[in-house]
Amino acid sequence: MDATTPLVSIEDLHKSFDGTPILKGVGFAIEEGDLVSVIGPSGCGKSTMLRCINGLETLDSGVIKAAGATIARKPGAKLDARFEHNAHALRQRVGMVFQQFNLFPHRTLLENTMMAPVIVRGIPKEDAEMNGRALLEKVGLGAHIDRYPANLSGGQQQRAAIARALAMQPRVMLYDEPTSALDPELVDEVLHVMKALDAEGMTQIVVTHEMRFARDASDYIIYMEGGHIVEISDEDEIFENPKDERTRRFLRRFI
Amino acid sequence: MRKITLLLWLALAVIPQPSAKAETKTLRWAAATDSNAPYAFYGPGNKLTGFEYEVIQAIAREMGRDPVFVPNDWDGLIPGLGRGLYDCVICGIEITPDKAQEVLFTNPYYVTYEQLVVKKSTGLVTSLEELQGKPIGTLSQTASFNMLSKTPGVIVKTYDEEVNAYADVVHGRLFGVLLDYPIAKYYAFANPNLKFTGPPFGQITYGVAIAKGNAALAAGMNEALARVISSGQMRDILSRWGLWTAMVGDTFNQPEEPSLPDTEYRAFVAATAEQPSLLNRLIGYSRFWPLLLEASLLTIEVSLLGMIGAVLLGFTLAVMRVYGPFPVKWLATLYIELVRGTPLLIQLLILFYGLPNIGIKLEPFVAGVLGLALNYAAYEAENYRAGLLAIPKGQMEAARALGMTQRQGLFHVVIPQSFRLVLPPVTNDFISLLKDSSLVSMVTLVDLTGAYKQIATQTFDYFGAGLLIATFYLLIGLPFVRLARYTEQRLNPGAHAAGTKGARFQFGFGKF
Repeated sequence: MDATTPLVSIEDLHKSFDGTPILKGVGFAIEEGDLVSVIGPSGCGKSTMLRCINGLETLDSGVIKAAGATIARKPGAKLDARFEHNAHALRQRVGMVFQQFNLFPHRTLLENTMMAPVIVRGIPKEDAEMNGRALLEKVGLGAHIDRYPANLSGGQQQRAAIARALAMQPRVMLYDEPTSALDPELVDEVLHVMKALDAEGMTQIVVTHEMRFARDASDYIIYMEGGHIVEISDEDEIFENPKDERTRRFLRRFI
Repeated sequence: MRKITLLLWLALAVIPQPSAKAETKTLRWAAATDSNAPYAFYGPGNKLTGFEYEVIQAIAREMGRDPVFVPNDWDGLIPGLGRGLYDCVICGIEITPDKAQEVLFTNPYYVTYEQLVVKKSTGLVTSLEELQGKPIGTLSQTASFNMLSKTPGVIVKTYDEEVNAYADVVHGRLFGVLLDYPIAKYYAFANPNLKFTGPPFGQITYGVAIAKGNAALAAGMNEALARVISSGQMRDILSRWGLWTAMVGDTFNQPEEPSLPDTEYRAFVAATAEQPSLLNRLIGYSRFWPLLLEASLLTIEVSLLGMIGAVLLGFTLAVMRVYGPFPVKWLATLYIELVRGTPLLIQLLILFYGLPNIGIKLEPFVAGVLGLALNYAAYEAENYRAGLLAIPKGQMEAARALGMTQRQGLFHVVIPQSFRLVLPPVTNDFISLLKDSSLVSMVTLVDLTGAYKQIATQTFDYFGAGLLIATFYLLIGLPFVRLARYTEQRLNPGAHAAGTKGARFQFGFGKF
C-alpha cells in the first residue's frame, strides 16, 4: 500500500454478544475507490463487523475511522454519550444497504430517498426531490418513483434502498448480503448497480455470498472465519491460490 | 331520607364554613332536581311542585323574603350549603345527631315513619324481626336502612330509585320494601299488586338544613315555620298532598283529620296510573328534546375530549415504556397497571369528591374529561406499545443508518407505521369510551345517562326512557363503528398491493 491515508481503517476491533466473542481483534484498511468483498462462513462475524463500521453496533474495544469520523473504545471503558455522538457523525458519511432492504413501507420510493436529506440535513424539499428523482433514475427506477415498496420486486426494492443510501451522499457504502434475499434472476440487476458505482469511484464494502461477483468486481477480498480475518488477498489470487488452508476449504464448496 | 353518602358528610367536615350572611331580601333554597314526588319535583309541564316546595314558599312568605330555587345534585346539597351557594336545603333530610353536627336544622316541618310494603298475597307482618332471612329493599343512607341493618338476619338491598325497589317486590325479587311513608304512599299505595303492612316503624323528622353558624337564619325560619303551622297553612298543604297523618296532627297539636281533600295526591296517582299509547308517550317525550340535544352534545364533547387526552397521554406512556430508560419505563408500567386495575367509577369519584380534601376542586366537566382521559390512556398505551413492537427492528436500523437520531427515526419512521396498525383498535376503544362516558353522570354532569335519570324520574317510564337513551348512544356511536370498519378495510395488508400514492392514508409529523 502507498502513502495515501486510507478512507476506512479498522484497528483491533473486538465485539461480543452476551459474553460470546464474535469479533476477536479485526483490522484492515481500504483506500478511496476500492470495492472490497468480505466472505466467510455463516457466523464468522462479517455482518457484525459491517454493522460496527456503521455504528449500528457498539464496540467492546478498537478503533474505527471512516472518511474523517472516528469511533473508538478502550478495553473496559464505559460507553458514554460521546460514543453515540461519534457514531452518529460516522453514519452521516457511511451509507448502508441491508439484506432485507428495510425500505420505509409507508412512503413512496421518492419519499424514501427524500426523508433523510430533509430531516437530517435540512435540505429544501424541492432539492431533495430533484436529487431523489435523479438517483432513482440512475438505479433504473425512474418509472416507479411514486410507487410504494410493497408493490415492487425484491430487486427493485434493493436498488431503491441503494438510491436511498446514496441520497445522503456517503463517502463509503456498506452492503450486508445485499442479494441474499433475492430470487436468483433478480441478483444481477442489483450487482449491476454496484458495479456502476464502482466505476464512478465509490468506495464500497460488500459482505456477500456471491463468489462470482466477489471475483469479478472486487479490488480485493477479505476472508473471515471465527471472528478473525484469515486472509486479505487480490481477488484472483484468493480464488486460484489461497494462502490459508481454511480459505481453501471454504472456497472449495463454491468452485 | 336518602343517600347522603358518608364521603360527603366527611368532605363537609373539612370545608371551611362561611360566616353568616347578611340578611337579604331573597331566600335561596336548594333541593335535588332528580328528587321524586312528593317532596320537590318537576310535575306536568316541567313545573316545580311538591309539598316541600309549598312549605318553603310559605315559610319565605312569612319571613317576607323572595324564595329563589337553586337546583343541585343530591350529593352536592350539603357541600353546596357549606360553600355558601344558597341559604338552606329542604329535601326530606332526616334530623339525626350525626347530621346535626355538620349543619343546623330548623324545627321539624314534617314527622313520619317507615312503612313496610309487600306483595298483595303476603300475610301480615307485625315486627321487623319477622323479616329474618328475607330480602328487603330500601334506599342507601336512610333511617330505614339503619333500622334494617340493625335487625339481625335481614338481607338488606339498597336502591337508587324507589320505583325500582317497588318493581322488584312485584317481580318477586324482594320480599318487601321499607321506606319513608310519603314515598310508600306515592309509589306503592295505589299499586294493585302491593299493599301496606305492619305498624308504623320508628319515627323520623324532616328539618330544613342551614349552614352551621347561621343561627340568625335558623331562628328566623323557626319563627316563620311556627306561624305556618299555627295558622293552619301547613295542615292545608299536607292535606292536599295526602300527607296529613295522625302522627303529624299529634306532633303539631292539631286535629288528626285532614283539612282539605287530597287533590294533589289524586292528581299524581291519576297522572302515573294512566298508560298512554306508545305514540302519545313518544309525543310526550318531545318536551325532552332540548334536554336530549344538550345531553347528547355533552356526551360527545366529553367523549371526544377524553379520547384526545387518552390518545396523547397513552401515546407518551407507550413511547416511555418501549424506548424509555429504566426508571421511566418502570413509571409508565406502574401507571398502566394501577389505572387498568381499578374501576373507572372509583377513579372518577376520587377525582371529583376525593381531591377537594387536598384542596383541588375540579369542575364536573373537567373531572369527567380528565377521568376518562386518564383511564383510557392506560388502554391506549398498550395499543400503541403493541403497534410500536410490531414494527420490524430493521426500520429503526435503516433510519439510524441514514443518519437519523433515534427520536427522528421514531417520529418519522416507526410511529407513523404503528399508527396504521393501531387505528382499528383505537377506533374501537373510542366507541367503548363513548359508552363509558355514561359514568360522568356520577359527577353531576347531565350527559345522556344523566338525562335518562331525569326523564325516567319525571315520566316513571324506565323502560321507554332506557330504550330512548340507548338509541341515542347507538346513533352517536354508529358513525364511529363505520369509521372503524372503513379504516380496517383500508389498512389491511391486502390493500397494500393495490394502491399508489394518493389512494392511501398518509400519516406523519413535521416536514414529512
